[in-house]
Amino acid sequence: MSDYILEMNQISKEFTGVKALSNVNFKVERGEIHCLVGENGAGKSTLMKVLSGVYPYGNYEGDIVFNGNVQQFNKISDSVDAGIAIIYQELALFPDLAVYENIFIGNEIQSNGILDWNEAIVKSKQLLEKVKLKVNPETLINTLGVGKQQLIEIAKALSKEVKLLILDEPTAALNENDSENLLELLRDLKDQGITCIMISHKLKEVIAIADKATVLRDGETICTLDASKGEINEAAIIKNMVGREIDDVYPKRAKKELGETILEVSNWSAYDPNLGRHVAKDVNLHVKQGEIVGLAGLMGAGRTELSQSIFGNAKNYKLQGDLFVDGMPANFKHTSDAIKAGIAYVTEDRKGNGLFLLQDIKNNISAGNLKGISSKGIVNENEEIKVAEEYRTSLGIKTPSIQQLVGNLSGGNQQKVSLGKWLFVSPKLLILDEPTRGIDVGAKFEIYNVMNELIDKGMSIIMISSELGEILGMCDRIYVMAESQIKGELSKEEANQENIMQLATQ
Amino acid sequence: MNLLNEAKNVIKTNIRDYGMYIALLIIMVTFSILTDGLFMSSRNISNLLDSAGYIAVLAVGVMLVIVIRHIDLSIGFLAGFLGAIAAILLMQLGLPIYIVIPIILILGIFAGSITGFLVAKVGIPAFVATLAGWLIYRGAILLATEKTGTIIVDNDAFNAIGNGYIPSIMEVGGLHLFSLIVGAVGILFYVYSAISTRKNKIKYNFDVVSKQMFTIQLVFVSAIIAYITWLLAGYNGISWTVVIILLVVIVYHFVTTKTVIGRHIYAVGSNPEAAHLSGINVSKITFLVFGSMGMLSALSGILFTARLQSATTTAGTLFELDAIAAAFVGGVSAAGGVGKVTGAVIGAIVMATLTNGMNLMGVGIAPQYVIRGGVLALAVIFDVMTRRQRG
Repeated sequence: MSDYILEMNQISKEFTGVKALSNVNFKVERGEIHCLVGENGAGKSTLMKVLSGVYPYGNYEGDIVFNGNVQQFNKISDSVDAGIAIIYQELALFPDLAVYENIFIGNEIQSNGILDWNEAIVKSKQLLEKVKLKVNPETLINTLGVGKQQLIEIAKALSKEVKLLILDEPTAALNENDSENLLELLRDLKDQGITCIMISHKLKEVIAIADKATVLRDGETICTLDASKGEINEAAIIKNMVGREIDDVYPKRAKKELGETILEVSNWSAYDPNLGRHVAKDVNLHVKQGEIVGLAGLMGAGRTELSQSIFGNAKNYKLQGDLFVDGMPANFKHTSDAIKAGIAYVTEDRKGNGLFLLQDIKNNISAGNLKGISSKGIVNENEEIKVAEEYRTSLGIKTPSIQQLVGNLSGGNQQKVSLGKWLFVSPKLLILDEPTRGIDVGAKFEIYNVMNELIDKGMSIIMISSELGEILGMCDRIYVMAESQIKGELSKEEANQENIMQLATQ
Repeated sequence: MNLLNEAKNVIKTNIRDYGMYIALLIIMVTFSILTDGLFMSSRNISNLLDSAGYIAVLAVGVMLVIVIRHIDLSIGFLAGFLGAIAAILLMQLGLPIYIVIPIILILGIFAGSITGFLVAKVGIPAFVATLAGWLIYRGAILLATEKTGTIIVDNDAFNAIGNGYIPSIMEVGGLHLFSLIVGAVGILFYVYSAISTRKNKIKYNFDVVSKQMFTIQLVFVSAIIAYITWLLAGYNGISWTVVIILLVVIVYHFVTTKTVIGRHIYAVGSNPEAAHLSGINVSKITFLVFGSMGMLSALSGILFTARLQSATTTAGTLFELDAIAAAFVGGVSAAGGVGKVTGAVIGAIVMATLTNGMNLMGVGIAPQYVIRGGVLALAVIFDVMTRRQRG
């Protein structure tokens, strides 16, 4: 009889019509390191949110047994009180506070409302020893690297007498050395009796550390592999991760001769001074006229950052390497330079940095190319209306009027407006960043059709996508990115789910 | 009644814009009743508009600053300081007015560009950068007027900007003919542009109000313009201050609604990141808006100095807050991206009306502040509620 610290039985969770989890069973034995793996969108994070009370009891179906008791967490603090701690990929530390203040935030050592900072500092020292971090507890967080910050998060969890520690992609932002240390620490904690769930995309780590690994796919439990039975290996994990059927939802397009190389990037590196690391490293890629090039990889692989560094260095990275447009060296100082050179970038974050939600459809569509419909700086509104109506028809934007505010449209229609805006710029190369994220199947299909039409007209496309099906179904050639580097290049013929996933999880 | 339903609908969908006009109307009617019609007398309305001038001009500028998600606190003392410089150039250096005014406006643009530089290029929060400006220009006024104290301006042409009226040509039944003509031209222009906009919308199958409703709107607005013109013509005619406000409104309304630059300003305000990714130069727009703010501050300083016929040591005190209040009453959104030139001017007129009306009634200064504060709060509450309804 196994001793389970956690049993999640028949968990189902629905988001307005979309099943995120269906009848998931997930069991963790006391004192083991259990890895949770799966593609983006497989349901890993949702499952952990159910566990930690982010989605309160009653918001999902099924039950959670923790430490032998059925639990009904209504809020995050309930799960914390029970001894569950989650450390998210985006660290939740206060950069301008000291280490000891961060460790005890929300859990302050006090008597009658007066804080005892000395006690906090002493205890912090002990906790920092436990996580093998040699820093002065009075150091400010923002002077520490990501690796050390990660350890402080763990120390914070330990301060609350954690029984089950959950780490969401803890090594995603870490370099090799820091990752190694972290894994070592997890083994130590295991020896001290702390159970650990780790979500990871890096299969090497999973193989190195996991006692068990549960694979999720499309919101369902596929299998649980056991290291002691020798079941945890790359081939087995990948096979279970990607086993999805690829249905024939991708419209065909006529094979045609490719033209000249229109974009080439060589030895391209982008350093983000805010993160203190490279977001793109030694990248070499090219795009030919009339080609859809896929940029595959998992979230956080650096695909968005790479595209934005090419698109006029929108985030002010420190750049190295060469960029050629139509064979000529290019040096973009501003996004407008890239647009002038014929490159357009359709963002993955429509609402965040793509659209003007409080403005109407026509203003959004014209925003990238107002010069094209104005003379002497005065906007020709009739022309603008004409253009907006054209895109409304050709892209099938479903709206009663182009005067509708974009904020009121559905995701699919917003994406079409976003696309329309960039088509109006009439670029040579369109970079589509997750073009079908969060939109329904019908709208997806329409967007694929638009992509094919654009290729027929001689445009080229770089498509960033985390959906393997889409990448395989639409692209002529595929680059796979992981850890800010291009890990491999595959032609349409040689690419399949397994080999892409293998490169992406390196 | 279809028409009634339609009227309700029109008011409902444009509640924020119309709300302000309705509020202004209610305030004016209330004051008329409370002062036995004194408030709506030709002389008082003329005075009221003249006294709103220097704040209205600032409100238009600061509205745009707020639209791009910044703020400018330095504008009051900048206006005061540039007014003092104007007085010095006119009186102590004896420069002619047609040289002084361009110099002052250019100085204003220059001062605004410094703020723009600090905010857009150096990355200092606008609140802090302009708070520094507030202190600096306050000191600068004192320095400029240190030796002389208040500088009396006795240049008739200059003072006419704040106190003079457009020539009358001849009087017809006690009314100033030229002012009447200007009003009539204004009505014709309004009717023409409203009809052509409507035609355009029909051409593109946009929703338009019914013909009856449209006619009612035309008649209503024309009647208001006619009434104001008639009031002004009955006193001294249209003042130069009103002419300047109208020019500022027309130019800024045109730029913000019809030009590429205007679109870019609102784009930067509604989503700076998206604007940057659309190839819009965000820092250039920031420069431009602060530059325009500086120029309007200079204009405000000229209006105020001309109105007082002197440059005082405390000129410009609290102008910035009055202008910011006017902009918010006029419907600018603190979240950025939303705001109208006409709104800002109406906001300034609402605030001036309150002061004027309460002065006529002999309300003490203390309750005046409380009431104006209440109106500001109400306007913003109204804003938030109507926006929530729409969302």
